[in-house]
Amino acid sequence: MEFLTDPIKVIYDWLMSVLSGWGWADWVSALVINLLAIVVFILIVMVLDIILVWVERKVVARFQDRLGPNRVGPFGLFQPFPDIIKLILKEDITPEGADRVPFNLAPILSLASVLFLWAVVPLSSRIYGVDLNVALLYLVAAGSIGTLSIILAGWSSNNKYALMGAYRMVSNMISYEIPMVIALLIPTVIVGSMSLKAITEAQFTNGGVWFVLISPLGALIFLIAAIAELGRSPFDLHEGESEIVSGYHIEYSGMKFGLFYAGELLHAFTFGGFIAVLFFGGWHGPWAEQYPLLGVFYFVIKAMIGYWVIMWVKYTVPRIRIDHMLAFNWKFLTPLAFVLLMVTALTHRILLDAPTWLYVAGMFLSNVVLVWLTVELMRAQARRKRQSLPVIAAVEH
Amino acid sequence: MTAEQIIFFLTAALILVSALMVVTTRNLVHAALWLIATLFGGAVLFATLDAAFLAVVQVVVYIGAIAIMFIFVVMLTRRDLLAKASQTNAGWPWAALVAIGTLAGLVFLSGQMPNAGAQKAALVGDPLVALSTALVSPDAYVLAFEVASIMLLAALVGAVYIANRK
Amino acid sequence: MVPLSWYLFLSAALFSIGLYGVLARKNVIAILLGIELMLNAANINLVSFWRYGSTAQMGGQVFAIIVFAVAAAEVAVGLALVIAVYRTRKTLTADELDLMKW
Repeated sequence: MEFLTDPIKVIYDWLMSVLSGWGWADWVSALVINLLAIVVFILIVMVLDIILVWVERKVVARFQDRLGPNRVGPFGLFQPFPDIIKLILKEDITPEGADRVPFNLAPILSLASVLFLWAVVPLSSRIYGVDLNVALLYLVAAGSIGTLSIILAGWSSNNKYALMGAYRMVSNMISYEIPMVIALLIPTVIVGSMSLKAITEAQFTNGGVWFVLISPLGALIFLIAAIAELGRSPFDLHEGESEIVSGYHIEYSGMKFGLFYAGELLHAFTFGGFIAVLFFGGWHGPWAEQYPLLGVFYFVIKAMIGYWVIMWVKYTVPRIRIDHMLAFNWKFLTPLAFVLLMVTALTHRILLDAPTWLYVAGMFLSNVVLVWLTVELMRAQARRKRQSLPVIAAVEH
Repeated sequence: MTAEQIIFFLTAALILVSALMVVTTRNLVHAALWLIATLFGGAVLFATLDAAFLAVVQVVVYIGAIAIMFIFVVMLTRRDLLAKASQTNAGWPWAALVAIGTLAGLVFLSGQMPNAGAQKAALVGDPLVALSTALVSPDAYVLAFEVASIMLLAALVGAVYIANRK
Repeated sequence: MVPLSWYLFLSAALFSIGLYGVLARKNVIAILLGIELMLNAANINLVSFWRYGSTAQMGGQVFAIIVFAVAAAEVAVGLALVIAVYRTRKTLTADELDLMKW
């Protein structure tokens, strides 16, 4: 029974008693148990990654009005396994003139930067890696390591298409880090802490509501910035086959490409998880406090919904050009995010002592007013541009 | 040999070996990559010193921005890379002498400090909250904070202007 | 336990290595890399003094943050200068960049 209310502690105590029974010192057994926990956690996340391959292929097929894999196992559920076997059996080519160490390091760093993120995600009230008090900045730091791996991949491939793709992707990623950081500051302002555990718990204790109701525009900006950080459509100019022949992936074959691909899918799911934690209450649900495993279940459901929204955007919207991408970021998204942060902080301070319903209504209304103002500004600008265009005289054929 | 000392020795070894590789390797992109290893070791060191915010900001700012800027510029100015000639100039023995002299002087001065053998005191309060209060409090460091922002703006404008094709 | 002197020796060593890099390298970008090492050594020094001194006094950490900002600004302007110089003079060896006007 105690296993259901506090599973990690039960397992830890049992392992501790086993290892101390072998005569090991306390700190040695604690170290070994922690290392074991890390390995088991990574294994679980990688198995989730395998399931995500199947989810991605089925969902893209349904969006494109076809069936998707349905031969290997019921509904094609075992399809990822032939995929993995194919990738492992492929020849591992290193291009001539490539720098060996960065070339081999890049896919490892790319997958590692995603696995780092899972250390701070609270899966339940009692199941989480570490309660870091700078967890939101840690998210950005892990993104920086991902950026580094892309530059390594692009440069060490000794291929100008890889280099161009890497340049574009890196400039995309570092540009969109800014609206992402500002969107991350919005839950920080509301809660007063950067710790993900505190943010999750503030969404349902003491009459709190999910932050998507308090700041929908913040959730939207985070979603857009997250899709740009992932390098998925519509922001995937650096790896479109018709544009740049798959960019910095071009010289990678076999399991190295598999690492990049798996890392990208897992990164998308992790961002779905972050959207769930930051704006949709994380692991909260009925009876989630007493039974942590139920909290994990709710978290996975919400992360899947977030991942589904990201896939939905990918398979619906066409790709945008690199200069449009960067102009959209610097001329629209960043100023909007800054103004939203100022409005949020101001409204939060004014309504600090108000009852919950007034607080939520006030914040929501401030967001709606901001969206309306932005739309009006854009319409005025479009009207001005239309009037300044030269009038094209009708030509008689 | 406590765990803390082991971690310190490993991190110090990483930092010093990477720094030596930065200043001796001939390939500039490799030098930038070794700099990234040094900076990562610095971030680990900040984490052991309970400065969690600084550790994360070191990764985001130094590795995620400054080191990537270095790699970009090295790749944009590649003609000099092709020469595999020696990368040190003629006066390098004197440089090594000055460096060793500086090291000796600094080590001597550090040994003279009154609290050189001190151990860590326990942390009071949450350093993150104290840091954020200090950065915006009028009787702490808000002026330095604002001046740093203006300096960054000036550097941004200056860099764009200088590097622009006229 | 790790005494303060170890951190000070480490930052002294890092500073000296950076100093050697600045004085002994030909390429301008390599000189900038040496400057980065020296700034990092100063940061490690500042934060160790903060931790081993009075942790209620935030001056050490704030100073380290200002050093981050200064390093970023200096690298940005320095690399912009490198690009501008490379465009006209086509060389990055510090010894050859010895004219104020050509």
